[in-house]
Amino acid sequence: MTSFDTIIIGAGHNGVVAAGFLAKSGRKVLVLEAADTAGGGARTVEFAPGFRASGLAHVVNRLHPQVMSSLKLDRTLFEGEAVPTLALDAQRGPAVLHGGYGETLEGVSETEAGAFAAMRKKLLLQAGVLKSFLTRKPPRPGDIGLGDALQLGLTGLSLLRHGRQEARDFARMLLMNVADIADEYLTDDRLKGLIAFDATLGIHLGPRSPTSLLGLFYRLTGEVLGQAGGQYLPKGGMGTLARALETAAIAAGARLRFSSPVAQILTEKGSAIGVVLKNGEELRATEVVSAIHPVTTLQTFLPAGEIDTGLSRSLRHIRSKGNVAKLHLALDRVPVFTGVSLKDQRGRLVIAPSVDHVENAFNPAKYGAFSADPVMEITLPSMGDLSLAPPGACVLSALVQYAPYDLKEGWENGKPRFLETILSTIERYAPDIRSSIVAAELLVPPDIEARYRLPGGHWHHGELQADQLLINRPTFALSGYETPVEGLYLCSAGSHPGGGLSGVPGMNAARHIIAASKARSRR
Amino acid sequence: MTLDLATRKAAQPHFHTLLLESPFHERLAALDKTNDWYGWAGHKAPHALDDEELEYFAIRSTAAVFDISPMTKYRITGPGAVAFLDRLTVRNVAKLGINRVHYTAWCDDHGHVLDDGTLFRLGESEFRLCCQERHLPWLLDSAEGFAVDIREETGEVAGLALQGPTSYAILKEAGFAGVEALKPFQIGGFAHEGCTVTISRTGFTGDLGYELFVPRALALSLWDRLFEAGKFLGIRAIGYTALNRARIEAGFIVANADFMTAETALRGNRLRLPDEIGLDWMIDLEKPNFNGRRAIMAARAGKTLKHILVGMEIDGNVPPEHALVYHNKRREVGIVTAAIWSPLAKRNIAIASLERPYGERIQDGLWVEIYALRELQYQKLMKRARIVPRPFVTLARRSANPPGLF
Repeated sequence: MTSFDTIIIGAGHNGVVAAGFLAKSGRKVLVLEAADTAGGGARTVEFAPGFRASGLAHVVNRLHPQVMSSLKLDRTLFEGEAVPTLALDAQRGPAVLHGGYGETLEGVSETEAGAFAAMRKKLLLQAGVLKSFLTRKPPRPGDIGLGDALQLGLTGLSLLRHGRQEARDFARMLLMNVADIADEYLTDDRLKGLIAFDATLGIHLGPRSPTSLLGLFYRLTGEVLGQAGGQYLPKGGMGTLARALETAAIAAGARLRFSSPVAQILTEKGSAIGVVLKNGEELRATEVVSAIHPVTTLQTFLPAGEIDTGLSRSLRHIRSKGNVAKLHLALDRVPVFTGVSLKDQRGRLVIAPSVDHVENAFNPAKYGAFSADPVMEITLPSMGDLSLAPPGACVLSALVQYAPYDLKEGWENGKPRFLETILSTIERYAPDIRSSIVAAELLVPPDIEARYRLPGGHWHHGELQADQLLINRPTFALSGYETPVEGLYLCSAGSHPGGGLSGVPGMNAARHIIAASKARSRR
Repeated sequence: MTLDLATRKAAQPHFHTLLLESPFHERLAALDKTNDWYGWAGHKAPHALDDEELEYFAIRSTAAVFDISPMTKYRITGPGAVAFLDRLTVRNVAKLGINRVHYTAWCDDHGHVLDDGTLFRLGESEFRLCCQERHLPWLLDSAEGFAVDIREETGEVAGLALQGPTSYAILKEAGFAGVEALKPFQIGGFAHEGCTVTISRTGFTGDLGYELFVPRALALSLWDRLFEAGKFLGIRAIGYTALNRARIEAGFIVANADFMTAETALRGNRLRLPDEIGLDWMIDLEKPNFNGRRAIMAARAGKTLKHILVGMEIDGNVPPEHALVYHNKRREVGIVTAAIWSPLAKRNIAIASLERPYGERIQDGLWVEIYALRELQYQKLMKRARIVPRPFVTLARRSANPPGLF
């Protein structure tokens, strides 16, 4: 039986980030991963012979600068150039957003560009205020220290610095729906549809659902390449980024073991003391950090009765059912999207022609049916990275919603029908695409759940909505990365601030663990 | 499916019968002279059937029969029953022998007491949990991950408490051979009408006594068998008022009388940890996790326990029911939750909930303020109170082996 300071369950990107930080603090760290490579949803997969794509996430838009600098990531290995976002319209041609979330626009009227700029400025200012919460442990009522109070005060001040009007607008807009904000600022349906899509991607809300603007705020708290709202497609797919994180963790001294699924977390008198692997092997550690879904961690991996009934009730109420499908197409030639330049095809192509369109796509999802006219974001990663497809061929990777986890008719029946629906939607924008398809892979939420061990197939490890944020993420008793089981911590996307390829939950959890153990040893 | 109003009404008889009748109601009603009923967990139960004094003295001098059928009862079975009950309750269930009973309590995540009750171990993995409140959703949610079956059996099982010095003599006379072998907190099965009556040497009076459980259909025949046997042994059916006096003498607490149960309390500061209601002795921190364990440990370590439950002896002979407790006649430090003039101890006794450190570090200088209503005029009495250990009365016959034949 080997003993470690820290065992991390799961080598998804947050697990690996946490491993890097904890190993840097001098801990002897072991990361256990069920799959045979690191990265989780950020792996690059070969979905057809010679065709590779990012498994789940396919755009980098929020990898946190502190993660990059603290882990000394060699960004030249994975960073690509900034790519535009295109709001497609089969008739009018696309509206193109360049720079960090449309610093400059192309294909829209001058008046509309001005309106968008005003909205963008407002949203980025507000997101800037929210951004300061990302890297901090959410302050818990009754448990607010001097530092927390100071930070909260500073946040308020930073808001007031911009004037009372801005503070009022912040309070007014925070919990609004994105459709109303779109109507407030914009007239162009392409741009309205785009922000409606971006606010709701990966969240079980329609643009007219209350609080749907939060999703857009969350997106805009992200930054890459020094740009708020920036984005790029990593060289070699997400797997390269995952490998860079893995290399950094190893350089810091962490060890990773693959094909080692955990069966149970070992406890003794209310403290975590290690894990048992599926093969029966026991590994001891003074800290166990879980980078997998919080509910799996506490309900499946802990012995029955280890957490109290009230907490296990609240875990049952965490909403964590995915709504997004992932589509991979192997194409024998580069597709032509009507009105889109070849250069712009390297960007993020969004099919969400209007707010109504997104709302109508959401409606059936409430009742367990998939969208009859789905909305999606498409990337063609092989256009910027020829290694991902055979010469002359092309990879299409798309996130498509809405695809409810619990499809009423069952996904066995539904999946072929949904694939057909998606393809005919894409055909409206790239008419000749169907004849170029060599292979297609559609992952609906239950497939994502099975392949990535992601309960509900939800990449945020729990809905990213107002009631499951900050001190209520994943649930009140578990916010702040600690669990009732001493020495057991959470660091997945299910913890504050949430999902997306940021590394922030992993980094925050590791920093908290390091600070807490320092505080303990001082006592 | 749409049902018409008449069908729906017929399917929901509880709207028509607000208080259910106990399986013994026919016998109770026949003996009842006072018509003084109250609602006990949805059942009609007597405060008293006849003279309260006679009923109290039946407990202490002969034998009293108290209908405990309305008590909430759960049957808990299955290979995971011990582990489940260990997770649910604060005491160590693995240490509870087969055919034994223990008094226990259970808490929510914050360590606040949800209820107290008695746990009967009827077999290796078969238990009956008796308590005041209803807890099925809590029990079922707590059972997640345990191989256990939980069923409420309140309505199916009839129960009688037979308490008092002649209680053993009555059981012997009634032909329950072998009942003398039962030691306190022991359970035995005895034949009755081709079925089994479960008899345990338990009770809520601090006296020699037994509790008998039978399937509902056998309730009346059991009653008749006891009353026939007790004809010349002073058997008497009693109501709650008499029992309440006996239980105060024995120092037992009652949920929602001496403390508020966590799901009943509306006000946050009424919630109590076991240590705050005198149940700290039950808690086993060595066994695997149980609901509230971490909160209890944290409260002990952080010294955040706010309340304490104590027994008190009060000067004079006026019971200070619900009186305020003062320190040095000035500072309010608690409330009396139950008080009587004890006929057996010949003392004025009380159970009180105090705010620490009063009752804990500071034991002296306690007073109670009694408002004695005498012919439409309050007489305000300030009486000295001394903290004394519970029980207020200890009877050798309660635990004598073999039980005495009086």
